[in-house]
Amino acid sequence: MLQILKTRLRQGHRTTKFPLELPTLPVQFRGRPLVDSSKCPSGCQACVEVCPSQAISTDGGLKLDLGKCLFCTECVDACPEGALRYTQDHRLAVSRRADLVLTDGEWKLAQRMADDLHRTLGRALRLREVCAGSCNACDLDTNVLNTVGWDLSRFGIQFVASPRHADGLVVTGAISRNMHAALLSTYEAVPKPRVVIALGACAISGGPFQGSADVLNGVEGVLPVDLFIPGCPPHPLTILDGLLRLIGKIPNGSQT
Amino acid sequence: MNGNGGWLPVRPGQAVELAAIPLIAAEEFASHVVSGRSRGGRLANFFGRRLPDNSVRLYAFLAFDSASCLELCSTDVRRGQSGGSSAPAYPSITNHWPAAQAFEREIAEQYGVHPLGHPWLKPLRYHATDDGAPAPWGAFDPTKVIPGDYPFFRAEGEEVHEVAVGPVHAGIIEPGHFRFQCHGEEVLHLEIVLGYQHRGVEPLLLHPNAARSAIVAETIAGDASIGHATAYCAAIEGLAGAKISLRAAAIRGIALELERLANHVGDLGALCTDVAFLPSSAYLGRLRGEYLNLTLEICGNRFGRNLMRPGGVRFDIPEDMAGRMRRRLDGLQRETAEVLDLMFDQSSVLARFEGIGALTEAQADEIGMVGPAARACGCRRDVRCDYPHGVFKFSHIPIAVETTGDVYARAVVRWLEVQRSLEFLMELLENTPEGSAFEPIQALKPNAMAFGLSETWRGEAMHVAFTDDAGKLAFIKVKDPSIHNWFGLALALRGMAISDFPVCNKSFNLSYAGHDL
Repeated sequence: MLQILKTRLRQGHRTTKFPLELPTLPVQFRGRPLVDSSKCPSGCQACVEVCPSQAISTDGGLKLDLGKCLFCTECVDACPEGALRYTQDHRLAVSRRADLVLTDGEWKLAQRMADDLHRTLGRALRLREVCAGSCNACDLDTNVLNTVGWDLSRFGIQFVASPRHADGLVVTGAISRNMHAALLSTYEAVPKPRVVIALGACAISGGPFQGSADVLNGVEGVLPVDLFIPGCPPHPLTILDGLLRLIGKIPNGSQT
Repeated sequence: MNGNGGWLPVRPGQAVELAAIPLIAAEEFASHVVSGRSRGGRLANFFGRRLPDNSVRLYAFLAFDSASCLELCSTDVRRGQSGGSSAPAYPSITNHWPAAQAFEREIAEQYGVHPLGHPWLKPLRYHATDDGAPAPWGAFDPTKVIPGDYPFFRAEGEEVHEVAVGPVHAGIIEPGHFRFQCHGEEVLHLEIVLGYQHRGVEPLLLHPNAARSAIVAETIAGDASIGHATAYCAAIEGLAGAKISLRAAAIRGIALELERLANHVGDLGALCTDVAFLPSSAYLGRLRGEYLNLTLEICGNRFGRNLMRPGGVRFDIPEDMAGRMRRRLDGLQRETAEVLDLMFDQSSVLARFEGIGALTEAQADEIGMVGPAARACGCRRDVRCDYPHGVFKFSHIPIAVETTGDVYARAVVRWLEVQRSLEFLMELLENTPEGSAFEPIQALKPNAMAFGLSETWRGEAMHVAFTDDAGKLAFIKVKDPSIHNWFGLALALRGMAISDFPVCNKSFNLSYAGHDL
C-alpha cells in the first residue's frame, strides 16, 4: 500500500493541458501540408507521379486530397521547387469531404455540429468505435485518448461498449467486405440522432488498401459522415482536436 | 529431386534461384515435410503460389533454430492430377503435424487446393479463391454474410451453453468472433473465427509504386509496422543483393526495440486493467505513449511509418537527437521499472495471473507457436538470436524464457524483454555506427526467391518475395506470427473460467489484421 502511494506521488499529474495549451510536437512531426502552386514549374508532374495513393492532382492548380494522403514524404522529396511541404499544424479534421482537398486557399476546419444536434449531444457525447478493415493503428491512437495523458472523459466524451448506449460511431478501416454487414448493424443499433466520424485515411478513402477488391474504399457511400479526421494514422492530438471541434469545445475558427 | 535429400538450406536475406528449390511429388510431400519434424524442424511457413501454367506450387519452410538454418522444399498440385477434372489435392500435413492447420486452410481458401484428410478444414479469412473455383467447403458467395455463419463445434449436454462474442467488441479493438462452449463458468471449448480485417494485402504489395508497397508492408499490422517492414525490406534487399550500412541497420534495430517496448509496456498495463489493478494500468498506459513518442521523434510518426525502405532508413538519428533520446530513455527506464515492480509485487495481481491459461511446451511446439507466448512455455526461439540480422549480429539480446506457460509467464517474459530492450537501446544510442542511412537498391535478380525474418514484438514475421524472369516482383507471401498463435489462445482457454478470457486474450494480444491480411 505504501509503495502504491509512493509511486502515485512520484507519477504526479500527467494530463495534457490541451486545449488551453498546445503540447510541443517534435520537428519531424508531419502535420497539415502546405501547397503553393505558384512554385509549380509549368507541366511538372513529379509529385503526382510519385504519390503512392494518388492524392495529388495538378488539374486546375496543385491539389492535395488529405483524405487519401498517407503523410509520407514522397512528394516533398520529389518536388524540385518546394511547392509542397509539411507544417507542424496538427489540426486536420473537417466537416465535409470536399474540404479535405487542400489548395492554395484557406483550410476550412471542422464546424460545430448543427444546433439541434448540439442541444442533444454537445455536452455528453457517447461514441462506439467500429474497426472495419484497419491495420489497428487508428484504433490504438484513439484508445490513447482514454489514458491519463489525455483524459478524454473530462470533455464529456466517452467510448462505450454498446452501440445502443452510443450517440454515434467512430469508424476506422477501409471497410472490408467482411465487416460491411456488422458495421451496418452497429449503425442501425445507434439511436437517432446520431453522428458518424470517419477516422484515418482508410475510413475516408481506403488509405493504403484503396483499390483492393476486398474493401469498399472507406465509409463514403456506406454511411453519412459528420466528421472526417485524416491521417495515417492521425496523431491523438489531431483526433481530439476534431472531436472537440465537433461538439464546439474548440470554437469555430479558433487555433486551440 | 535436387538439394540435400530433398531440402534446400536457405538463409534470410539471401536470394536463391527458383530452379534450385527441390520439387517433391505431391503424394510424397506430406511425409517428406513431416520427416523434417523428426529431425527437429519447426514449420516456419507453408504457402502456395499460382504458376503461369495454372498449377499451384506449395512451399514449406522448416526452421532449425538452434542451427540457425532453414530448409525449403516444394511440390506442384494441379487440377485433374488424380484423373478427370478433380480439384487439385495432396495429402494433408495437419494430420501428422497440427502446426500446419492454418496454413493448409489458407492454401485451400486461396487456390481451392484440397489437403486430403485435413481433420478440421474450414475457411480462414472468408474470400473467393484466386480463380473462382470452389474451395473444399464449397463456392464463395459474396452476397452472404459469411464470417460467423459457420457450423461451430458444439458441446452437447445438460446445462451446456454457448456464448458468442464479436465481431464488434466492448473496447476499441479489432474485429473477430469468439464462440465459447461452456458448462457453467467453465469453458469446454473456444472457437475463434477471423477474417473481418481481410483487406487483400498480398496483391497490394506488388503495387508498381514502390513507396506504396512499402507503406502496405507497414500497415499489415499497424502496431508492428517496424517488425513487418524489417522482414519486407530484408526480402527485397535479398533479391537485389543489397547490403545496408551498419548505421541503417542500427537505426532499424533501435526502431524495432522501441516498437517492442511500446507494445510490451502497453500490454502489461492492459493486463493490469483486466485484473483491476488500476495504478500500474494508468501509469503503463501513459508510459507506452512515451515510447511511441520516441519513434515519433525519429521519423515523424508514432508507429514508425515511412522510416523503413529497401536500401536503409529514410530518417537518420543525428548525434544530438541520440543524446536526447538517451536522456529520455534513462528516465523512462527508472519509471518503467518502478511501475512494473509495483505490479509484480501485488499478490492480487499475481493471484489472477498464475495458473491461468497455461500451455505446455509440448503443446506450444505441436501447434508451432512463436514469440513471447512460446517463450513463456519454455520454447527457446527468438529470431534476433537464432537468425541474427542487421544490428543483432553485433549486439546480442539474450532470450527471455519462462516455463509455466500461463498468463504470469507471458507477463514475465514481456517484463524481461522490456529490461533487455532498454539496455540494448542505451548502448546502441551511445555507439551508433557510422555510415549512410540510405542507399537506393539495384535491380532485382530474376527468377529468384528471397525472404526476410524478423522478431516482431509478437514473434516471428516472415516475408517471402519471388521475381519473374524479367526481375519484376511476382509474388510476396506474408506471415504474421499471429497465424501460429491464435490456436494457442483457443487451447489456453480450455478448462478456464469464461471470465478469464479477457486476461488470457490480452496476455497473447494477437493481431487480427496481421492474421487476416
